[in-house]
Amino acid sequence: MTLKTLLAASALAAMGSLATADGHMTDVKVGMITTLSGGGAGLGIDVRDGFMLAAKMAGNNHLKIVVEDDQRKPDIAVQLADKMIQSEKVDILTGIIWSNLAMAVVPSATAQDKIYLSPNAGPSALAGKGCHANYFNVAWQNDNLHEAAGGYANSAGFKNTFILAPNYPAGQDALTGYKRMYEGELAGEIFTKLGQKDYASEIAQIRASGADSVFFFLPGGMGISFLKQYADSGLDLPVVGPAFSFDQGILQAVGDAAMGVKNTSQWNKDIDNEANKAFVDAFQAEYGRLPSLYASQGYDTANLLLSAMNAADINDKPAFLAALKAAEFDSVRGDFAFDANNHPIQDIYVREVIKEGDVYTNKIIGTALSDHSNVYVEECQM
Amino acid sequence: MTLILFIEQVLNGLQFGIMLFLMAAGLTLVFGVMGLINLAHGSLYMVGAFAAAAVAGWTGSFVLGLAAALAAAAAAGALVELLVIRRLYDRDHLDQVLATFALILIFSEGTRYLFGSFPLYLDIPDALTGPVTLPGGIQYPAYRLAIIAIGLTIAAGLFWLISRTRLGIRIRAGEADREMIAALGVDISKLYTIVFALGAALAGLAGALVGAIQAVQVGMGEPVLILAFVVIVIGGIGSIKGALIGSLLVGLTETLGSIAMPALFRLFMDNSAAQATGSAIASMLIYVLMALVLVWRPQGLFGARV
Repeated sequence: MTLKTLLAASALAAMGSLATADGHMTDVKVGMITTLSGGGAGLGIDVRDGFMLAAKMAGNNHLKIVVEDDQRKPDIAVQLADKMIQSEKVDILTGIIWSNLAMAVVPSATAQDKIYLSPNAGPSALAGKGCHANYFNVAWQNDNLHEAAGGYANSAGFKNTFILAPNYPAGQDALTGYKRMYEGELAGEIFTKLGQKDYASEIAQIRASGADSVFFFLPGGMGISFLKQYADSGLDLPVVGPAFSFDQGILQAVGDAAMGVKNTSQWNKDIDNEANKAFVDAFQAEYGRLPSLYASQGYDTANLLLSAMNAADINDKPAFLAALKAAEFDSVRGDFAFDANNHPIQDIYVREVIKEGDVYTNKIIGTALSDHSNVYVEECQM
Repeated sequence: MTLILFIEQVLNGLQFGIMLFLMAAGLTLVFGVMGLINLAHGSLYMVGAFAAAAVAGWTGSFVLGLAAALAAAAAAGALVELLVIRRLYDRDHLDQVLATFALILIFSEGTRYLFGSFPLYLDIPDALTGPVTLPGGIQYPAYRLAIIAIGLTIAAGLFWLISRTRLGIRIRAGEADREMIAALGVDISKLYTIVFALGAALAGLAGALVGAIQAVQVGMGEPVLILAFVVIVIGGIGSIKGALIGSLLVGLTETLGSIAMPALFRLFMDNSAAQATGSAIASMLIYVLMALVLVWRPQGLFGARV
């Protein structure tokens, strides 16, 4: 037997064993419920595109995905979840952007023994007492980026911040998160309406309050409106916020009003690791635009799932959950691990809005919190 | 609440009300003259905003953008009237609601198909950027003052149109008795198309004006549409004067309520709870206002018929 045949034989044997491993792998059916129409569709589309990109790059044809549009309406999300669980027989649900929709869908899905992987919403209620072994959040606990913003505010020397957020679960988590880390005084605190477009009234109150800085959490179109109106009001207090109002999808619509603003994020396109470079290049090649943090979260969610599929069979639930919890995948954020309540432990960065050529984007200027988890871990009894 | 804050909020309320008036005027004309419930009015608002953003982005001129918004919304309105709405005048309101709701979906997804899901950029013209200082040291954005001025000018123009011109006489006659003016030889279907296109153009103008300070995105029209319906119910259906008064009432209630209510609850609650409760109550205020007006005058403030 020559060396060549030996090599060929071992290669064949290796292929054979791969084939059997592949043959044992059962199909995993994923139901993605996300926002693809109406206001806020950009977020859902980014999550979907990131998720689909990872699935395509892996080329694993045991991963079956059905995608449906929740129109940002809790009632529709619940109907879709029921349909996917009962008639489509999905094994795993994912995709929800908004915390109020997640609160409507996740508890009942996990109670029916389905796995839920959250690519975005991380309401505190699902991280603490309401945590569940079948629920994993791949993005962040809602408070995280706001805590980082509070930490940044201390280091930037803000003493009297005016804070505002929409009146829904993620908005309440946002203000709680900021206040947890921030050590100065509050000049004022406002809950706005979810979906509000006109912030003249809030801006007038900020002006009258004597604040030295502004923290806001207004995702999607709300942030565009606020920033444009803020820039036009003549107020020039420094602004800080989580990445949601400065993500790639909306920066172009905000324009110059966002230049130089500091925002906090667990991801940016310039994080230096192989997985992230591959992701940013592939995303641009596939869709012709820069990825947003939502796209990165969708991409990580799919890769987490794929890593678990390679390690365990979906029909062996305890092993599959353990494989998910191990989080043996190359996150585009670099280091990534799950804490006891299935929420990430990760670094959170401070970014600054810059202009590259004609395109507004972000660059990382520092780390706000290292290996940050969340405060709800201890309330979680799984 | 300081006096300066109060005055600034009154201006904000006025600006919001004027913007609502541009929406509500078209809606109330269409409802009053044709007896048609048009849910797709918000879509025409969106069409205006997108046309303005596209043309302003392309030519760099905000004024051309505004002109494009007027033209595009009027054209879309006329087209919709000719193709769809015309078949609905004799049907009952439920059919009209269904058909115009379908139009919302068609407009939204059509716009998404053309422009994508990500918001567009429309900037305030350079001449109106930044704040101006009003007497008393109040800093107020010049652009919002311009919206108030444009809105008031249009309101005056509409009153003139309705009360002093031949078209206005026909519109009022059509509102009173449509069979009779058809019998008198007025081309009623042409009149309807004109009224519909006029209402659409006003909605498109509102969309373009507001698009510059808010986000130009799919679905931007529907929240405004709901408020516009509240306005015309308060003002009285078919009445331009009612639409103006109703808009200003709703605008002021909404804006002043959003700071007065939390302040009120702060008297006996801690700050966070007062904010949450106050905001919730404030967002109900305009509906409370509507209910009170309807109890007092079921036909609305200036409504002719019950």
